[in-house]
Amino acid sequence: MIQGVSIYEILTITTVIFFIGVYGFLTRKNLITMLLSIELILNASAVNFVVINTYLFPENLQGVFFSIFIIAIAAAETALAVAIIINLYKLVASVEVEDTETMKY
Amino acid sequence: MDFTYTILIPLIPLAIFLLLGINYNKIKPAVSGVIGSLGLFTSLSLSYYTAYQYYFVVGKVDGVYQTFVQKWRWMSFTDTLSIDMGVLIDQISVMMLIVVTTISFVVHLYSRGYMKGDPGYTKFFAFLSLFTFSMLGLVMATNLFQIYIFWELVGVSSFLLIGYYYTKPSAVAAAKKAFIVTRFADLGFLIGILIIGYYVGTFDFMELTSLEGAAITNWASTSFMGLSVITWALILMFMGGAGKSAMFPLHIWLPDAMEGPTPVSALIHAATMVVAGVYLVARLFPMYFFVEDGFALNIVAWVGAISALIAAIIALTQTDIKRVLAFSTMSQIGYMMLALGVSSYEGHDGLGYMASMFHLFTHAMFKALLFLGAGSIIHAVHSNYLQDMGGLRKYLPITHITFLIAALSISGVPGFAGFFSKDEILVAAYEHNKIIYFISVFVAGLTAFYMFRLYFGIFWGKDKTYEHLPHESPKSMTIPLMILAFMSIATGYIHFSEYVTADHQSFEAHLNYPLAAIAVSVGLVGIIIAYIFYKKPSGLPDKVAASFGNLYKWAFHKFYIDEVYMFITKEIIFKRISTPFAWFDKKVVDKSMDLVGDSIVTTSEKIKGLQSGKVQDYAFAFIAGGVVLAMVFIYNWII
Repeated sequence: MIQGVSIYEILTITTVIFFIGVYGFLTRKNLITMLLSIELILNASAVNFVVINTYLFPENLQGVFFSIFIIAIAAAETALAVAIIINLYKLVASVEVEDTETMKY
Repeated sequence: MDFTYTILIPLIPLAIFLLLGINYNKIKPAVSGVIGSLGLFTSLSLSYYTAYQYYFVVGKVDGVYQTFVQKWRWMSFTDTLSIDMGVLIDQISVMMLIVVTTISFVVHLYSRGYMKGDPGYTKFFAFLSLFTFSMLGLVMATNLFQIYIFWELVGVSSFLLIGYYYTKPSAVAAAKKAFIVTRFADLGFLIGILIIGYYVGTFDFMELTSLEGAAITNWASTSFMGLSVITWALILMFMGGAGKSAMFPLHIWLPDAMEGPTPVSALIHAATMVVAGVYLVARLFPMYFFVEDGFALNIVAWVGAISALIAAIIALTQTDIKRVLAFSTMSQIGYMMLALGVSSYEGHDGLGYMASMFHLFTHAMFKALLFLGAGSIIHAVHSNYLQDMGGLRKYLPITHITFLIAALSISGVPGFAGFFSKDEILVAAYEHNKIIYFISVFVAGLTAFYMFRLYFGIFWGKDKTYEHLPHESPKSMTIPLMILAFMSIATGYIHFSEYVTADHQSFEAHLNYPLAAIAVSVGLVGIIIAYIFYKKPSGLPDKVAASFGNLYKWAFHKFYIDEVYMFITKEIIFKRISTPFAWFDKKVVDKSMDLVGDSIVTTSEKIKGLQSGKVQDYAFAFIAGGVVLAMVFIYNWII
């Protein structure tokens, strides 16, 4: 709990970060920056967990645990995504999302 | 007395079939012949031991032959209706064990010589064992369903053995014809079984043929089109039997079945499988006799008589010796059927039943002998046709004598087995139905004539010059001939009425001298005419044939029954029924299904552009959906 800062302000900031992530994911052309956008989404939700835990249910710890869990998953997911991107680069010599459109009808 | 060990009698041939069939490429031909024969010899010994035990030691209690049943439940439908597997030992099944194992053993011995050098030697013995297993299972079946299973198994073995020379198109066609015709008849059998299962509620032979059983006491409870349903079931089951036993009009497969190797004809199409129909009627005899005052039995009698007559007439005109013998078989089985048909149940009135079984027994011996003799002749001259033979008595002395014995036996000359059994049949027919009796006597004359037409045509007649000088067959073939020749005389002296009767009690059967004299003189007339016609080459047969005109032509073409079947199937069924159905199937059923498929294809053609392959499009759709859902949720439940 931070003195002088209410839960609304923090939630506003995380909401903004979340939608920045969504916007980035939908508009960026580079796979790496899309990955960064996903990280923003994940971080926003992790902060939400901690904040709601701390402000509303200070006697519990589940929210904190869950945020640590999210961080671990995010790390694994990043490793996997980077591996995929590297393989894709070997295949099409590019990390642009337009070059990965072959999986269609 | 425990007869459980009799289960080994069919199981040994099965084991040999599996052994030879699986190791088809590994076993040397000579070894496979020995294995097959030895295995069958074991079955043969067990059968003779069983027969001795049954007839002379434990079978008869207070003058009544007992039935021993050993069965295991296989599937049960209701409390009473179940399918069992087991062995049934009674008078006729033990008799059939003797017939099947004896003939099969002799044919095994014979085949070792006849099939020598054939590339499929091991396969042949494997199939013979399969057939023997099926036939033994059939005769020992305890219920209708078990007999049906083995019934189809003998059909399959017959199919495999007729089509044994599978490179010959005619053999393949004959195999298919035999299978389809008998299978069509078996449809009737199956429906009959199902009717019995539904209305009587049991498949078990003991319960079906018991005089206090529901089938016999309560047959009138349900009727259909003026007849009891049980009568319908019996008629349908007889249809199956008629198909298997080559009765008119389902006989068309038997002459073509002669495409198979000759030992097969002797085993399957003369002695064992073709009498399965007779056996079936005999097995259910109390039902046939008591249900609706023997209505179905009357049909059996008339079908038998007509088949005997037609087959004998056709046999007069055929020139392929195996086909003559095939029609002769059909004619003799007709005898057995008519004997059953005129029989009653009790005591001396059951003479027809006993005569039928007696004739089945003796016929198996002398007809197998005739076929094996024909095989020996074909082996020597490499032709099936009568015109390629003549004067063979000098070259084939043993075949000549044994063939003569068999011909005398089938013609009913006194002293030979066929005389005794045929006499009993004629007496039974005389006592119960005069018209059938006259038909039988006439057929007896025809039989003697066509057998001696063969005999004189083959062994006397014109002295032909042969490209390769014919020589007597090896010992492996002549010894079986001699065994069967002995049997063709000796089996006639068995007092059959002592052992096999409709009501399981022995009675005294005597020769009826006046009737025997009539039959013998008719037979002798046939032989004498054949002697005049064929002993020396003469133009006489052709002149007589010409004087019969169209009748001769009709008989030569087997009364055009094959053509009638072809007409019915091709012109009526295929053209008038199948073609419209095919049209309906193609144009209506298939088309409507195609319409469904086509409309799906066109729709998906139109909407497939939605699948762009772009990750971000999908992500946008997902997020937009999520937002919409969230808005709906907020609007409905929160505000």
